[in-house]
Amino acid sequence: MRVLIPGISGGIARKLALRLKKAGHEVAGVDIRPWDTAQEADIQVFRGDVRKRVAEDVFRRWRPDAVVHMATVTAFTVPGAERGRINLDGTKAVFDHCAAHGVKQLLFVGRHTFYGAAPDSPLYHSEDEPPRALEAIPELADLVAADLYAATALWRLPEVTTAVLRLPYTLGAPGTGTLASFLKGRRVPLVLGYDPLFHVLQEEDVVTALQLALEKKIRGIFNVAGPPPIPLSVIVRETRRTAVPLPSQVLSFLLGRAGFPRLSVGALDHLRYPIVVDNRRFLEATGFEYQHSVADTLRIYREAAPPPVSGGLI
Amino acid sequence: MALSDGLDARVDRLELPFNEYGVDPYGISRKHVRDALRVFALIYRYYFRVRCHGIEHVPARGRGMLVGNHSGGVAVDGAMVLTSTMLEMDPPRLAQGMVERFLHKFPVSSLWASRTGQFTGLPEHARRLLEDDRLLMIFPEGARGTAKLFPDRYSLVDFGTGFIRLALQTRSPIIPFAFLGGGSAIPTVFNAYTLGKLLGVPYVPLTPYLLPVPLPVQLEIHYGEPLVFRGTGDEEDHVIEGYVAKVKERIAGLIERGRAGRQHRGLARKLLP
Repeated sequence: MRVLIPGISGGIARKLALRLKKAGHEVAGVDIRPWDTAQEADIQVFRGDVRKRVAEDVFRRWRPDAVVHMATVTAFTVPGAERGRINLDGTKAVFDHCAAHGVKQLLFVGRHTFYGAAPDSPLYHSEDEPPRALEAIPELADLVAADLYAATALWRLPEVTTAVLRLPYTLGAPGTGTLASFLKGRRVPLVLGYDPLFHVLQEEDVVTALQLALEKKIRGIFNVAGPPPIPLSVIVRETRRTAVPLPSQVLSFLLGRAGFPRLSVGALDHLRYPIVVDNRRFLEATGFEYQHSVADTLRIYREAAPPPVSGGLI
Repeated sequence: MALSDGLDARVDRLELPFNEYGVDPYGISRKHVRDALRVFALIYRYYFRVRCHGIEHVPARGRGMLVGNHSGGVAVDGAMVLTSTMLEMDPPRLAQGMVERFLHKFPVSSLWASRTGQFTGLPEHARRLLEDDRLLMIFPEGARGTAKLFPDRYSLVDFGTGFIRLALQTRSPIIPFAFLGGGSAIPTVFNAYTLGKLLGVPYVPLTPYLLPVPLPVQLEIHYGEPLVFRGTGDEEDHVIEGYVAKVKERIAGLIERGRAGRQHRGLARKLLP
């Protein structure tokens, strides 16, 4: 199978590309960022923006059978307007190219934050629930919109086997992503009086889940999760960080200051209430089994990203 | 052996799938349950001197719904029912309450409710927990039930009907129970709804001594025989209402039986030299 990965230079996308290559697939990618060692693995990386002409040329000339769309960015790593352009316009461009150039299968890699964190939400979210992320965190609007747009392909593009996957927080080595960034410092802020459950999935298991979704040719919307969720305080403790519980008002003032991670005030709800997903539909469709327990996942992250020794508040 | 040693052993015998960090897939924490039980057991045994009858009707394993009346302006009833299944059953079981939404909004209460398995009363929670063969604790009177004033302490207000449909859909037995004495422990004379709104709770019960601090009144829990209804949950409203009426009638019967017993014991104490 010829698999094209928009956003191939990201940490997990690279691992997926290597895994697919090893499994005998032809793999290529499109990314604005470089991946210098891709050629050593016989993986072609076309440098460019998925929204631009260069990406369409790749679809036309390389003729992929399947596309794994990973060219989206998380809410807080890129400023607002640019994030909207990448997540929304980029997703639309990828879907348009798939429809125009005979792609048979498409995976959209979304986030479980789609469901939002609220005190009156069900603990386990099913795929049929509407997005509530927008209520508290408008910064997630573009990711939610991209997810909803991807889901419309299920009826809009019946000839393309589309799967929308909602992945939990990932942790791995060297440690990239939203949760890894949040845990970067020596001290990690928590909201006093709360300790939400977090779903974490080791990066290698994420890659396995994506590979299975591709090879099993699943269609629909699927929550992906690994081990049962654990309290955030356990993640902080087991990665050898020190939890700093602060009243929410104090924390919202300190975010982005004094060495604390930069989060939107709305994102504090993610430190109060859990977002836990029901992954039974994905398990039934793919037979996915995670290989890394929570303890393994946290140990691997801890060894790859030990807490900074000193300096500053965190 | 200290009291807490026995309690710790009871928590260790809970048949919940705790992971290596002592947390189950719903976030219930062995440590938090242990800490809560240490406090609740003292209150149960020495402050309220709770008398528990008919605990053998609560299934030792498998799904079940404990359905009873509210008694007392704050959640003393829920806490003591939870404690009764932990202390009186063998093996102990954790009753998981379907609680009011406000509880999860506040710091600390949200944390403790989550870690002890007390979730917001949503159908999604109830269904999933029952399908996982958990023991649910439901007060179908809702917040109106805890708002009963002292003269109405043994009455029942209208029941919701959702719990019956859920019991039918999940084929769960309903174990009715009566909770007695909560109305005397917290003798509510007035419910301050405006103050409650300011504080983010449904209301604040006020007593003759102002604060809703429970008095050391003896409390009683009477569990009745399980009720099993047959159906799919899609029945017409009048059928469901008929089942609700049966549950309500059974709880009312248990309350009356409990009251009669209390009066009898009170009379016996008066007649004794």
